[in-house]
Amino acid sequence: MRYVIVGNSAAAVGAIEGIREQDRDNPITVVSDEPYHVYSRPLISYLLGKVIDEGHMYYRSPDFYERNGVQPKLGIKAVEVRPQEQVVILEDGDTLGYDRLLLATGGRPFVPAVPGADLEGVFTFTRWQDARRLEQYIEQYTVKSTLVVGAGLIGLKTTEALMARSIKVTMVELADRILSLSFDQTASRLAEAILLKEGVGIKTNTSVQEIVGRDGRVAQAILQNGETVDCDMLVFAIGVRPNTEMIPKEAGIQVNRGIVVDRYMRTTAPQVFAAGDCVETHDLLLGTSRPIAIWPNAYQQGYVAGNNMAGGEKTYPGGFPMNSVEVCGVPTISVGLTDPRENADLYETLDYVDRNALVYKKLVLRDNRLVGAIFVGNIERAGIYTGLIRDRVDVSAFKNHLLSGSFGLISLPRDHRKHLVVGEGIEV
Amino acid sequence: MKRIYVNEEYCIGCRLCEVHCLTQHSRSKKIIKAFKEELPLATPRVLVEEEGPLSFAMPCRHCVEPLCVEACLTGAMHRDLPTGAILCDEDKCVGCWTCVMVCPFGVIRRKLVGHKAASKCDLCYGETTPACVAHCPNEALVYEEREK
Repeated sequence: MRYVIVGNSAAAVGAIEGIREQDRDNPITVVSDEPYHVYSRPLISYLLGKVIDEGHMYYRSPDFYERNGVQPKLGIKAVEVRPQEQVVILEDGDTLGYDRLLLATGGRPFVPAVPGADLEGVFTFTRWQDARRLEQYIEQYTVKSTLVVGAGLIGLKTTEALMARSIKVTMVELADRILSLSFDQTASRLAEAILLKEGVGIKTNTSVQEIVGRDGRVAQAILQNGETVDCDMLVFAIGVRPNTEMIPKEAGIQVNRGIVVDRYMRTTAPQVFAAGDCVETHDLLLGTSRPIAIWPNAYQQGYVAGNNMAGGEKTYPGGFPMNSVEVCGVPTISVGLTDPRENADLYETLDYVDRNALVYKKLVLRDNRLVGAIFVGNIERAGIYTGLIRDRVDVSAFKNHLLSGSFGLISLPRDHRKHLVVGEGIEV
Repeated sequence: MKRIYVNEEYCIGCRLCEVHCLTQHSRSKKIIKAFKEELPLATPRVLVEEEGPLSFAMPCRHCVEPLCVEACLTGAMHRDLPTGAILCDEDKCVGCWTCVMVCPFGVIRRKLVGHKAASKCDLCYGETTPACVAHCPNEALVYEEREK
């Protein structure tokens, strides 16, 4: 039995750890175009902001591959999968045979086709290499101002890293507010107020139309609304899309918005599994299938895939979006459907806001079940709410307590509380 | 592995578990010093919940499939071998609070003084019995091996 994993991040590590629960011996090969020992991508903004050094980038210990019998092939790109022959083609022409394959190819940052996007000083920011390139560019040209295109989570993390480097940042966002996918209007406005106070420029309802260069380097951006913004550097943080470039049509691996997988994380080709940001999975709250590109889901999917590649029978029930991110030191958490706009009348909202203290708590319910939550300022015990969403607990008996400052496990109905506190019948 | 189990019927809400947890995780390990000089650096990692006659202490469950470890962005949250305890390597932790977001028991807290990091029960690493259990006057907290 030969296991091959394409990719080397959360889903790949989940798969390695999953395989090794079932099979201690058979060889695992990990192929990645990145030359690094397994590291944490979300940490690149901490690295650029000098919150951590390069030694703190690693997601697993230096002996991780050795301890798990993994042969890493790093710095080599896998360019094609051929399920009929059970091989992966590498960029140097070599082929790698497999008995079980995991595609954990992640996402690719989206760069719009605007004039000037090929200028020096235009970046995306999702990998370690990007952090190094930005670092070098900032040092070499003493970057004083940057335009961040896209005010989602990556845009926000990029902004914070650059602020830590005393760089003036302007964010440009096509939606009418920042963090529009994870927050509702109130939370977005709170976050905008925090950023504006820290000197960040925010331009909403517009995007970049053209990037103007000087001596081949970024100097100015022209926005769709006609405004111009001078900037020494520009970072596209519009979003990532599932990376499916190594899957040719004839491979028989179905791809919609992401690679299609079943509950066992199997693709439509025999012996080929997929996990992480490259797949689409069941959204537990919407009931549809879509990519939900977040780290915890990637690990869990990889872990399930790995177990099943090695003969196990684990299933991945699906997931929902959730993000924890600090906005200039103010903690925020958003989980699930935070701002349902379709069939809005089916949802009930409970909320509490204190704009001066920068505290906001919002809970979204449907049919007496929690389906979404936002926390700004105070995130203590937020996981209890996430658990209620995940477990689809009927909250009608304690709805009045949900917003209370003392809400805790004690507020839950006896049986569910006992299950969590005393551990009766608990299978965690 | 041995875990801390809760008998909520026996809990009288005295909060001695919180007091001794804080003390155990203080620098001085002395109650008065810990409270007078080390707060808020020293914080209890077990939390007593109370409402009317009902009360219980809630420590980390050290789950078999720990969501906090699966979700941790940095690899700081991990299962210690061979004890099986779920520990946070505070040096690796960057305080992103993803663990706070996913723990259904709400037992991971934020340490905000000094290096920002997740703070949780470590079963009083190195001790035979966790301080909360050792000092519970009513056996509302017990430290046992229950797996079959």
